[in-house]
Amino acid sequence: MREKRTDAVVIGGGSAGLAAASRIAAAGYSVTVLERENELGGILNQCIHNGFGLQRFKEDLSGPEYAERFIDSVGKQDNVEVLLETTALEVSPGAVHTVYGYSRQGGVSRIDARAIVLAMGCRERNRGNIGIPGTRPSGVFTAGLAQRLINIDGYIPGRRAVILGSGDIGLIMARRCTWVGMEVLAVIEIQSYPSGLTRNIVQCLNDFGIPLYLSHTVSAIHGKDRVSGVTVTPLEEDRSMGAKSFDLDCDTILLSVGLIPDNELSRKFGVRLNPETGGAFVDAGLMSSIPGVFACGNVLHVHDLVDYVSEESERCASFVIQYLKGEYHRQHHPVTAGANVKYVIPNKYLPDTTNRFYLRSLIVKNKAELVVTLDGEPMKRKKLSHVQPSEMVSFSLDAVSPRTSEPGEKRLEVSIV
Amino acid sequence: MERKLVCISCPLGCRLSVNWEDEGNITVEGNRCAKGESYAREEILAPKRVVTATVAVAASAAPTTAVAGRAGAGRTATQVRTVAPNPRRLPVKTNAPLLKEHISELLNTLYRMEVKPPLRCGDVLLKDIAGTGVDLVAARSLKGR
Repeated sequence: MREKRTDAVVIGGGSAGLAAASRIAAAGYSVTVLERENELGGILNQCIHNGFGLQRFKEDLSGPEYAERFIDSVGKQDNVEVLLETTALEVSPGAVHTVYGYSRQGGVSRIDARAIVLAMGCRERNRGNIGIPGTRPSGVFTAGLAQRLINIDGYIPGRRAVILGSGDIGLIMARRCTWVGMEVLAVIEIQSYPSGLTRNIVQCLNDFGIPLYLSHTVSAIHGKDRVSGVTVTPLEEDRSMGAKSFDLDCDTILLSVGLIPDNELSRKFGVRLNPETGGAFVDAGLMSSIPGVFACGNVLHVHDLVDYVSEESERCASFVIQYLKGEYHRQHHPVTAGANVKYVIPNKYLPDTTNRFYLRSLIVKNKAELVVTLDGEPMKRKKLSHVQPSEMVSFSLDAVSPRTSEPGEKRLEVSIV
Repeated sequence: MERKLVCISCPLGCRLSVNWEDEGNITVEGNRCAKGESYAREEILAPKRVVTATVAVAASAAPTTAVAGRAGAGRTATQVRTVAPNPRRLPVKTNAPLLKEHISELLNTLYRMEVKPPLRCGDVLLKDIAGTGVDLVAARSLKGR
């Protein structure tokens, strides 16, 4: 067994892991990145569409271009070791953590490190997660799998597709499938509003005249060996209107029905998880319930934009650096989601510094307002021109009280009105 | 005339309201930056889109791996086998939005196109598509084998 000692292990070489590794290494610490694929870049490699990097680089990049900038920056640093085709199997936490990785070529390696960054990203919800009735033919894909097949492996998964779920990957795939010569019959969304970005409705559906059925769902999948069609059923006031159902004749179904932070590994070694996000509970420094174990990117909570992932991961890295220097203090106060807010990340704040928060709304509203209170006292209000659950909201909050303030917890609550 | 648009220049998705009497006199409201105004103007006059797609990585670019025969079996000859290119597709994009009317012809061209590594991100693969001045570029680097 290969054994190694390093300052920090980063699990996952996608957008989060690359940004964190690069920043930690730049501070002079040794970093080992474990990546299970044969290339760095993670999901960005298959996201060949543009729209990445507008915030970070003020440029309109495709996924692979965005990834390459970070891969290059990691590649320039001598103190980063990248282990490709290596899966992190197990972590035993302690004063020094041990990570066990496995690769087909190198077998098991044991890496001891003081800090771990969880950057495993997320995975797609599939047919089993949402329980669509019907037969079990081939031709049912998650949208991301179809994206990989088309964009990396060069296979076209079918001829006539119905897409269930209007998440961004589903919308992007509606256009991609059309552009590779498939016919996309419809996008079906169970909610009364689309769950992807509006720009993707415009450029991926409206441009091609692909109908979007809101408040509809797929109530059955038909076909023996291969999908032969689906039954689509409208919903009225949350009740399915079976009598108004109709069938669509397709050979392929793509599912874009949500993403789940991939925390199987974290759960196994005892990281406390938040049921609202599917990610770890973290303090203001993005440290989990286990000292020295940090989380950033989609494994912490699912982001809309990779630009936010990079920003969050670099911020995470700065706290990892503090931790490695022995300067990390856990004097954090609680943050809770108030009215109309699904979750706020992080779950703790530091009273004597500027804190950055990400949150998701539970409601769709124009001209909304963000309201922050401290122990019930109003602290900050911010106008939001439009909120909806699919569009993440972020804000910064200046130091709420100086270090010398009186002891005792002060609870910060974030609401949308 | 009036049209409601959603700006697709960035993920903010500003909701635009466009008013015009003639092509020289277009007013745009609801945009949060200058991109919104030029997007709306273009969308009314001559809509364009950035095209992102993939092209095949040529099979001849596949690495040839020398596999030594097993000494125990008394074979000393070296076998040569070809391995599929990895990745099999190269992501490409237009370096500027392309007039919508040229998109389907471009996609047909890409369907038959093959490229050979090594390639640098940004390398021009097709110059001046349909006389528009827009180029097709590689969207990642690929090492030569």
